[in-house]
Amino acid sequence: MKLQFDFLVDKEHNTLTIKREFAAGRQLVWDAYTKSELLDQWFAPKPLSTKTKSMDFRDGGHWIYAMVEPNGTEYWARLDYVKINPIDSYLAMDAFADSEGNINPDLPRAEWTVSFHDKNDHSLVETVVTYNSLNDLETVIQMGMKEGLTSTLERLDDLLLTLTK
Amino acid sequence: MMRRDIFQAIADPTRRAIIALIAVQAMTPNAIAEHFDCSRQAVSKHLQILTECALVKQEQNGREIYYQLEVEKMKEVDKWLEQFRKIWETKFNQLDELLLKLKKNQ
Repeated sequence: MKLQFDFLVDKEHNTLTIKREFAAGRQLVWDAYTKSELLDQWFAPKPLSTKTKSMDFRDGGHWIYAMVEPNGTEYWARLDYVKINPIDSYLAMDAFADSEGNINPDLPRAEWTVSFHDKNDHSLVETVVTYNSLNDLETVIQMGMKEGLTSTLERLDDLLLTLTK
Repeated sequence: MMRRDIFQAIADPTRRAIIALIAVQAMTPNAIAEHFDCSRQAVSKHLQILTECALVKQEQNGREIYYQLEVEKMKEVDKWLEQFRKIWETKFNQLDELLLKLKKNQ
């Protein structure tokens, strides 16, 4: 079964648009995106895991969570919910934070619009991430390198090794 | 000598760790070396390679030299957007598994 997956970078508008189809109904997918006990099971890419400190899913509420490396290093973040329309969409602001949920003002924040659509008996989730500037987008990509890309880069090592042989 | 490029810069785990360190703030070689088990000389060698790759630049501040990341150069890392995409792919595959499990339990 092939599920739709689009990943678009718009450098003019500083947005990332990510569309993904899921083989489940909209209510279940909505739950997986909005309940911390479910987010904890998928949100951080392997080998990282997700740890929730607190979740208050309502307009004006926020989710404080960490992505945890296998060695125990924690990267804290906070997602502020601006507007929630169950089970259609939510608008949120992300941020790098500390373990108390205090936002790091030196790192860029982005606006997330996540919308949920029916696609026959499947669901389609569209995520539009908007940064203030291209520079912000690149900073976050660098942070992504720092936090989540180590294993990917290790695979790149292997690839480079293969290529140079 | 072969021209050094960004991929050579990132092919070494210590250099990747150095990049990650100075991405947050410019640092002196001593401050960088404190984060690693290897010798100060080894760290200097890595910094030299990163400089030759134009991925970091030196800045004199008083008597200290600070190394900072060349953000412009990092734009070459556009190709790495592909890696970013892969991260999302991993997350979504995890979500697929979770949804399957949830559906079974319903």
